[in-house]
Amino acid sequence: MTEVLLRVENLHVYVGETQIIHGITLEIKRGEIHAIMGRNGAGKSTLANVIMGHPAYEITDGTIHYKGEDINEMEVFERARAGMFLSFQYPAAIPGVQVGTFLRKSVASVRGEAPSPREFRKELNEAMKQLDMDKSFLSRYVNDGFSGGEKKRLEILQMLMLQPDMALLDETDSGLDIDALRIVAEGINAVAEHTGCLIITHYQRLLDLVKPDVVHVLIDGKIVESGGPELAVKLEQEGYDWVDALA
Amino acid sequence: MTQEAQDAVGDYKYGFHDPESATIRFDKGLSEQVVRDISELKEEPEWMTEIRVKAYHHFMEREMPTWGNCESLQSIDFDNVTYFLRSSDKTEKDWDDVPDDIKRTFDRLGIPEAEQKWLGGVTAQYESEAVYHSIREDLEEQGVLFLDMDSGLKEYPEIVRKYFGTVVPHTDNKFSALNTAVWSGGSFIYVPKGVHVEMPVQAYFRINAKNMGQFERTLIIADEGSSIHYVEGCTAPTYSTDSLHSAVVELIAMEGAKIRYSTVQNWSANVYNLVTKRGVAHKNATVEWVDGNIGSKLTMKYPAVLLKGEGAHAEVISVAYAGEGQHQDAGAKVHHLAPNTTSSILSKSISKNGGRSSYRGMLQVTPKASGCRSKVVCDALMLDEDSRSDTYPTMEIGNASADLEHEASVSKVSGDQLFYLMSRGHTEEEAMGMIVNGFFEPFTRELPMEYAVELNRLLELEMEGSIG
Repeated sequence: MTEVLLRVENLHVYVGETQIIHGITLEIKRGEIHAIMGRNGAGKSTLANVIMGHPAYEITDGTIHYKGEDINEMEVFERARAGMFLSFQYPAAIPGVQVGTFLRKSVASVRGEAPSPREFRKELNEAMKQLDMDKSFLSRYVNDGFSGGEKKRLEILQMLMLQPDMALLDETDSGLDIDALRIVAEGINAVAEHTGCLIITHYQRLLDLVKPDVVHVLIDGKIVESGGPELAVKLEQEGYDWVDALA
Repeated sequence: MTQEAQDAVGDYKYGFHDPESATIRFDKGLSEQVVRDISELKEEPEWMTEIRVKAYHHFMEREMPTWGNCESLQSIDFDNVTYFLRSSDKTEKDWDDVPDDIKRTFDRLGIPEAEQKWLGGVTAQYESEAVYHSIREDLEEQGVLFLDMDSGLKEYPEIVRKYFGTVVPHTDNKFSALNTAVWSGGSFIYVPKGVHVEMPVQAYFRINAKNMGQFERTLIIADEGSSIHYVEGCTAPTYSTDSLHSAVVELIAMEGAKIRYSTVQNWSANVYNLVTKRGVAHKNATVEWVDGNIGSKLTMKYPAVLLKGEGAHAEVISVAYAGEGQHQDAGAKVHHLAPNTTSSILSKSISKNGGRSSYRGMLQVTPKASGCRSKVVCDALMLDEDSRSDTYPTMEIGNASADLEHEASVSKVSGDQLFYLMSRGHTEEEAMGMIVNGFFEPFTRELPMEYAVELNRLLELEMEGSIG
């Protein structure tokens, strides 16, 4: 039986006084790709952030289990070390910290030991080649002055280097031109076989390149419809109006 | 270390102290006789004794500065300071000849190792005087003079007499008067015309005794078209009572010369660090201060450059880190006294756990200094709500042709940055350490690599155990 990586059950989430998520249930196995689609403000990013442990969100009801364990009390860095990864919609800039140094330190933190410099360089070269990234990236400061597309590439580079078990990809396709989108999609496909993926997106175009096993439609903090890849196609063609009736 | 002392200073890596081994120790307190005794003990020429005595009287009459941190300054007990302590009878040229206990201290600080790896010369000062001194033979052959200041006065009295006190006169401020009265140790450097000293030379200042006052005096002269990079490091042990460090540094860059003076001062939290540093840049010369201040109870230090000759350039990059109970009052002063002179000031400060950092700056352009350019950037980063940061920039612009830029920013570490870094497996403390190191990076990259690595490590250590 394939391992269940992530199980979200009846999740209710507040930010301050406002309820954002109204009872979501979801189960992702290793090797599965789930897509969450929905309009702006439906609660998609909140779901990704709350799974990663963002302190601004409060879970008032329901549970999140990761690898069979309730992670409600787990710190953000512990989740990362346990193999969870979030590709940010808006990655924060860390001025003065070089990408190369940051990657080396992050890999060491997540794996629990520093890789040998030679091994690390080899892995990094391969990953950067795969993502068509120039070496000059490594000496720039993390996300500082990066274009939208550069930020997303760096997110995927981190995913390749950190080799997560569970990847949460928050609007990784936004801000990418068609070539960049293809490269990023290849990056996701490269890990997807051994990883659970939760892809948050507005559009079908990424899902043409990364085939989801399950598509969920999120409206007002609730999953109103789940189905196969054909659901994404239908949303692209018909818009969200028809699902409003289900909410 | 007593618990009380530990509580007072927190986690300070160089807080160990070794048993005192004074061969000569003066009674605490200051008088004209003490000043004369220091001079006599050092067998100084009459003119130096007279300068000291004059400076002593000026010190006694001079008011405390009325700015900076007045309350803290007033609590200095000048009668409870040891003004001179000799811990070794001579300055050695071989580490093996340095008394064992003192050598152990410098071993623990990594100085002999650094010397072998990357330095052109080293002076190690313990309490009042240098205990070790060396310079690479090739530099000596090129006529480079690098001595401790006491030996400099003995061996080259005519050079010392010509320049001593010309950049920082004893009447400059109360603490320059004090230093001139009781100075001991420091470095004396002369670089002949056209000689470029490629490897940095280093001085390391260590206060070991309780209630010690360290008053080193440094004089660096770079003759026409020459260049030198001087590096200074400082530490002191952790005691529950205070020590006083009051140095004077004078730099003279002749036509076309370049002096870079890099400092990482890492005092324990019981040290008053009140230092006057000033350089003169003649025609087309450059003076650069790379000045890092970590630790101390109160630091008041504003590296200054007098741009005296046309086309001269000043560069000041400073960082200050103020932790609990610490006040870093630091900044820079640049005086454009000649046409077409340029300057750049970058100041970065971090305050944490109620620490306070202040930027105090002076930019002056005199009426005859036309065509000057200057850029001043001050960035402050606050790590919590209890800390404090202020900026006191002063500008006196007497020539309308000056092209000036001034930027100032105060920021806080954002929750987004912390969440991002933590999602990559870093604890909150590690994340904070990365943000802080990144903030100081424009400074760190100017340091010799060994210093940069050490500084980053120190800052990471500062972040440990501090987040609740």
